[in-house]
Amino acid sequence: MHISEGILSGPVLASGAVVAMAGTAIGLKKIDYDHIVHVAILASAFFVASLIHVNIGPASTHLILNGIVGLLLGFAAIPAILTALLLQSIFFQYGGLTALGVNVVVMAVPAVLVHYLFLPLLGKSSSLNFTAGFLAGLFSILFSSLLLGMALWFTDENFFEISLVIISAHIPVMIIEGIITGFCVTFLLKVYPEIIPVRKK
Amino acid sequence: MIEEKFASGQSLIHKLDPKIRIVASIILSFAVALCDNLYIAGLYFIISSILITMAKLKWMDVLNRLKPLLWFLLMIWIILPLTFDGETLYQYSWLRITGPGVILCCKITIKSITILLIFTGLIATMTVASLGNGLHRLYVPDKMVFLLLMSYRYISVIEEEYKRLLRAAKFRGFSPKTNLHSYKTFAYLAGMLFVRASVRAQRVYQAMLCRGFNQKFHTLDVYPPNRLNSIFLIGIFAASLSLVIFEITWT
Repeated sequence: MHISEGILSGPVLASGAVVAMAGTAIGLKKIDYDHIVHVAILASAFFVASLIHVNIGPASTHLILNGIVGLLLGFAAIPAILTALLLQSIFFQYGGLTALGVNVVVMAVPAVLVHYLFLPLLGKSSSLNFTAGFLAGLFSILFSSLLLGMALWFTDENFFEISLVIISAHIPVMIIEGIITGFCVTFLLKVYPEIIPVRKK
Repeated sequence: MIEEKFASGQSLIHKLDPKIRIVASIILSFAVALCDNLYIAGLYFIISSILITMAKLKWMDVLNRLKPLLWFLLMIWIILPLTFDGETLYQYSWLRITGPGVILCCKITIKSITILLIFTGLIATMTVASLGNGLHRLYVPDKMVFLLLMSYRYISVIEEEYKRLLRAAKFRGFSPKTNLHSYKTFAYLAGMLFVRASVRAQRVYQAMLCRGFNQKFHTLDVYPPNRLNSIFLIGIFAASLSLVIFEITWT
């Protein structure tokens, strides 16, 4: 989910950059050198996962999975997502430099929110695991598209319709991300529970 | 798939210090992003095309890279002229195309293409390793540079893992459709990707510790001081500043 260059106004770009920088600083502070390789390689996995295309009827969409990254990394998701987005713009030209801050906020702030909202629900029962994962995937995309719509709306009130189009276009993506995140979380808890920082009872 | 097509080259741009290129692209991109005048945006577009020419990049390759942007611009062109307030340019029963909407579309198109051209010309023309080096010398925190270099290094490895998993699934007769089974398969695939990434991270970190990793990456690239660097930076700065002042005095 990207906002292209050349659309947003100066104040929106600047506030995006400031929030992204502050978030990255907090995230970096929370990563010690014992975990930095882990965060880096998960960022690569996030990058590769965004290349996975799934079908929706005749169309297809690529996975975003910022919900999973948020659940796994918490605040460290912010620098990880920044890294992945920067590499995406280098390899695929999905964006330039000026909107990078806003894009990081759009993708990473929901990831951190999801971490604190839904991680406490995980690891209790298997049906709850799927539900919590589903909600994490759904809400991460919902929050992201709302933030994206807000960035457009704050730029110009005339962008209201286009924000509505973008948010409603993401409704199927929310559901699919929810399903995939739900299955992914149950899978991880079964196969490799250490990866999810669930608080032990 | 993941290749640094533009990073090798012998042009003037490729010889510039990464640090200088990063600073120049930040100055120029923000000047473009804040520009609100169609004609001045056109001038920035000319500057960015000059940068691409200076880097001796093939225009065909550059245009190929702009494809994802073009889809977005198409959407903008379909929606904005119909929904933007302002005087009517053309009306056909309930369909109303507004003048300001069309002008805004033109502005967005030129500005977004220009910013991406600047990025392609100045940043995509260096390897990620040089980018890390440049960022480090611009006082970006060590950990951030480390993250960038390390993820870059492992993207191709993780991608190989992904292809292997997908191949294995296809051998077992998996063909993606719009159903729960496909989504479940992709979810497990993505989950396995995270598991393998995490397991590999542990091995890599242990290997790094064995080789005496002391939280620092050393670079072998050296960029000797070159008068070209300061001339280029001053040129970019002067061009952006004069266009910004021009826009302020004009309007």
